[in-house]
Amino acid sequence: MRRSASVVILAAVLTIGFVGTVEGRRGFALSAQEKMSTMEVKIDNFSFGPVTLTVPVGTTVTWINRDDIPHTVVSTDDSKTFKSKVLDTDEKFSFTFSKAGTYPYFCSIHPKMTGKVIVQ
Amino acid sequence: MSEKKKDELLHDHNHDGIDRRGFLKCMAWAGTGAFCVMKGGVLNSYSLSRISEISTADMMGELSFVQISDSHMGFNKPANPDVAGTLKAAVDKINALPHAPEFMLHTGDISHLSKPEEFDTVDQILKSATPKDVFYVPGEHDVLNDDGKQFLERYGKDSRGAGWYSFEKKGAHFIGLVNVMNLKAGGLGTLGHDQLEWLEDDVKHLKHSTPIVVFAHIPLWSVYPDWGWGTDDSAQALAYLRKFGSVTVLNGHIHQTMQKVEGNVTFHTAASTAFPQPAPGKADSPGPMKVPAEQLKSVLGITDVNYIQGKHALAVVDSSLA
Repeated sequence: MRRSASVVILAAVLTIGFVGTVEGRRGFALSAQEKMSTMEVKIDNFSFGPVTLTVPVGTTVTWINRDDIPHTVVSTDDSKTFKSKVLDTDEKFSFTFSKAGTYPYFCSIHPKMTGKVIVQ
Repeated sequence: MSEKKKDELLHDHNHDGIDRRGFLKCMAWAGTGAFCVMKGGVLNSYSLSRISEISTADMMGELSFVQISDSHMGFNKPANPDVAGTLKAAVDKINALPHAPEFMLHTGDISHLSKPEEFDTVDQILKSATPKDVFYVPGEHDVLNDDGKQFLERYGKDSRGAGWYSFEKKGAHFIGLVNVMNLKAGGLGTLGHDQLEWLEDDVKHLKHSTPIVVFAHIPLWSVYPDWGWGTDDSAQALAYLRKFGSVTVLNGHIHQTMQKVEGNVTFHTAASTAFPQPAPGKADSPGPMKVPAEQLKSVLGITDVNYIQGKHALAVVDSSLA
C-alpha cells in the first residue's frame, strides 16, 4: 500500500496541476514518467484511435501505424497544416501543434479514414 | 444449331440477339470455372472440364485478353509473405491458357508502396508472360508520395491527365480510367471533371454497336461505400456509355471477384494476385485477410476475357491460382 500510496499522491498532484490547464477529462491515468507534451494516435484496422484527440497548445502528436497496410496522415484544413509521407507498419509521423484550433485530417490512401485533433 | 446440345441456352425474349437469362446464368457460373462463348447471338456455356470437347473455332473468341490486379509488390505480411511468388504463379496460369491472350490489363495496385524496385520487380515478372503488351491503370498504392509522377513516367506515356487513355482492339474500344487521385476525406474513388469531359468526347463519335471495355482500379459501381468500395462520380461516366449495346467494366481494388449486370453494362471485379480481402461487411475493416497457407492460391486469381467480333457481350471467366 505504501508504494501505491506515493504513486497515487504523485498522480493526484499531476492530475490537479493538469486539470488546471486543460479543459475536459482524460480517460486514462498519467504515470510520473509520461511526458505531458507528447500524445499518441494509433492507426489500426483502417481507423485512427482515438478518432478525436484534444491536446493543449504545444503538444507533439505522434501517429503510429499498427495496421498491416500503409496509411498516411494528411490534414484537410484550409492551410493543409500537416502531411505525412506513407507510413508502413510500425512507422511514425509526428507534428507539434503550436496554434490552437481544430485540425481535421484523413488517410489519403483510404479516404474513409478520418480523424480530428482539437488544440486548446 | 440443328440440335440442342446439353448446355445450350436458347432464350431470346427481348429479340435482340442477347440471351440475357442465359448470360446471367453464365455470369453466376463464372466463379466455378464456367466458360461462356457467344456464337451467333446465342450463349453457349461449358464447364472448364469439357474444354477438350469444344472445337477450336467455337472456343476462339476473336479477341482474347487477361486482366490481373492488385499485385501489391512489396507487401510482406502474414497474409502473403511472397507476393512475387504468387504473381509468378499467375503468369504461369496465363501462359497455360488454352488460347494465348493477345494482351493484359493490370487494374492497379501494381506496387504496395510506390517504390521503384517494386515496379521493377513486377515488370520483370510480367516479361515472362506470353502476352507482351500490358495496359495499366494506377491503384492508390501506385501514386503515393509523388502524386503519381512515377506511375505516369513508367506506364502513362500516351495518356492524358493522371493517366487516362483509350485504344482499339479488333473493333472493341478500351478505356483506361483513373479514380485514385485527389481523394477527398470521407469520400470514395473519384474520376473528376477533366477526365469525365475527356470521356464524353472520347466516345461521342463511336457507333452504338462498338463493344466498350472500361478498366479502372476502384469499382465503378457501389459495392460497399462504408469501405470506400465505390466511385463518387461514376454515374456520370456510365451516362456517357448508355447508348452502347455492350459495356464491360473491369475493376480491382477489393481483392475478390464480384459481378453485377445492369442493362447493357456488366461490372466485374478481379481477384488479387497478392492477398484476399473480406467480403463486404464481414470483417471490421477491408484489410488483408489471412487464410491457411495451403488455401492462399485458391483465393487469388486471374480473369480471362474473350470476345467474338461482331457479337455482343464479352465472356469473362475467373480462375484461381490453385
